[in-house]
Amino acid sequence: MTAAAIGADAPRRVASGSIRRSRRWALITSYFFLILFAIFFLVPPYYQLATATKTSEQISNQDTNPWLPALSAGSAGLNPGGANAGKANLAKIKKDSWLPAAVQGLMANVSQLMNETDFPIYFRNTAIVTVCVVIITMVIAVPAAFSLGRMKFWGSGILATGVFLTYLVPDSLLFIPLFKVVGGLGLLDSYWGLVLVYPTLTVPFCTWIMIGYFQSIPKELDEAALIDGANHIQMLFRIFIPVALPGLIAATIFAFTVSWAAFVYPMAFIYSSDQLVLTAGTITSLVKADVYQWGMIMTAALIAAAPPLVIYAFLMDYYIAGLTAGATKG
Amino acid sequence: MANVALRKVVKKYDRTEAVRGIDLDIADKEFIVLVGPSGCGKSTTLRMIAGLEEVTDGEILIGGNLVNDVPPKDRDIAMVFQNYALYPHMTVYENMSFGLRLKKFPKPEIKSRVEHAARILGITELLERRPRQLSGGQRQRVAMGRAIVRNPKVFLFDEPLSNLDAKLRVQMRTEIKKVHQTVKTTTVYVTHDQIEAMTLADRVVVMNAGTIEQLGTPHDLYHTPRTKFVAGFIGSPAMNFLNCQLAEAAGGGLSTRLGNGLTFKVPADRTQRYKSHVGRDLLFGLRPEHITERRGDLRPDFQEFDATLDVVEPMGMETMVYFMVDGIEVCGRVNPSAAGKPGQPMRLVAELSHMHLIDPQTDAVI
Repeated sequence: MTAAAIGADAPRRVASGSIRRSRRWALITSYFFLILFAIFFLVPPYYQLATATKTSEQISNQDTNPWLPALSAGSAGLNPGGANAGKANLAKIKKDSWLPAAVQGLMANVSQLMNETDFPIYFRNTAIVTVCVVIITMVIAVPAAFSLGRMKFWGSGILATGVFLTYLVPDSLLFIPLFKVVGGLGLLDSYWGLVLVYPTLTVPFCTWIMIGYFQSIPKELDEAALIDGANHIQMLFRIFIPVALPGLIAATIFAFTVSWAAFVYPMAFIYSSDQLVLTAGTITSLVKADVYQWGMIMTAALIAAAPPLVIYAFLMDYYIAGLTAGATKG
Repeated sequence: MANVALRKVVKKYDRTEAVRGIDLDIADKEFIVLVGPSGCGKSTTLRMIAGLEEVTDGEILIGGNLVNDVPPKDRDIAMVFQNYALYPHMTVYENMSFGLRLKKFPKPEIKSRVEHAARILGITELLERRPRQLSGGQRQRVAMGRAIVRNPKVFLFDEPLSNLDAKLRVQMRTEIKKVHQTVKTTTVYVTHDQIEAMTLADRVVVMNAGTIEQLGTPHDLYHTPRTKFVAGFIGSPAMNFLNCQLAEAAGGGLSTRLGNGLTFKVPADRTQRYKSHVGRDLLFGLRPEHITERRGDLRPDFQEFDATLDVVEPMGMETMVYFMVDGIEVCGRVNPSAAGKPGQPMRLVAELSHMHLIDPQTDAVI
């Protein structure tokens, strides 16, 4: 009897061991690929940062390793775009020579970008356009998604698919007809034209995301609200928007990213530097014919990438933390 | 406080007819349970009373008013859903007061109503929590609280206990009964669980395939089912059904011939009732609780027989015994101390005063 019991135990122990072993292999494989992808995606931003610490002279110097940040303070005189103000700033920074050369270089680039180019105007324009686009997108997409996702009516399914199909048309195709439209409205060479056309990219996709979120809410919830005496507007604002908040935030971030990073439309529709936005503005003002001011281009790209980074890294976590607080039984 | 009336109510979806002309009168303060297997139309009926489904044909009256085209919020009803349907982003207090806030009740009135309902349900200390911080039973209480604060004419319950575990279900069943005794509001309750139906209802409506099979008190349904469906649906374990032939007995009276050479004498007081069916093939029905071991003296309408047990299931307070008659498994309920062993014969008693005969052509109980 005892022998049989031991015999019966043995294979069980082997089985649990193999589960542990297969779990370990799964973990090792996951880590391997995660690290691989992390390196793959982090190398370009790193290169960007390393380059942003250098003067053009240092960048074009074949003797230094391009992967390392500036190791010695650069001479401002050879910076082709460097006007007098830049030199003065650089000189001032150089006095604080206790700072590492890389930081000094970065600060010099930032200072030059802020003081000698229209970068601050581009930044402001982008912020205005993005905020407007996000608001317009949400005002249109939320009610659209609510009606398409929750109120069954004739043709609602076809309409929902149609909304998604609109998103599939690329902006590199759309900008030609849209050029006529924006021109007809007299909004060419004005960032308000962008406020008008960006929603053609954001609204369909945000609507589509939120249709899914709204549909995942159990139908008893709106029935309960209906019995409690809520009309559709009250249902949307007091039940659906709060419950679908994670989806709403996801859609907001999407709209933000699209309008912050859009390139084709501003390239096509805007030519005056006081109306340009970050993406197109950086390229047009820092690339003169075949002269690339790489140090400042990279600095501009870093600063431009900061707001989306902040939003992704902190806002998202903050909201998710707020939403899931107390989700587990205490 | 109101009565509810359904007049020839029909619900059609595209091609299928979910509810086929139901007539039902529910008295003020009555607790009515709609029970039946899934797809029998009981939930659809409830949702039509709530106004969540449109009525295809017929009339629904609440408090004497025709409400066919009245939206749910103006019907003065409250509904408790199977999955509770609490608003996840609101506290318990906000959940319970939502309807009153929409109706712009004064704040002190809302507060006193919510607190009163919370006291009835024993959830006063949960008012500041959110639904996800509550257990299933607590959530169900909140859902009921949300209904109570509205002080509606009619309570509607749609399988409210189905998501709870067995022990909690029994507890909440008692709770619901208590609440009804306290607030005395007309209640329509839908369930597929016949025990819930029996324990809660003043009257039970047994539904099948979109029609009402039988309407009556739990006692009526149990003792005098009108159809084979009701006889088989009410009671657990279900009633045993065996093919039989009704014949004149040798010493006068009638007898039913079952398989395996088993013949039961029909109680004398049933002779008149069954007489016209002599010679026919019928269905003999007897509940497991009426097949027991011998307890004291044999009454004249009790009859002893021997059976070889196939399966014996001890349940604690009683033991289920299974044996075969004519290829059909028959269940009996015996005292644990009297139960035999599987494979061995056991002497059992059939309490024929509780027997039913069913016409297999119409499925009606004779």
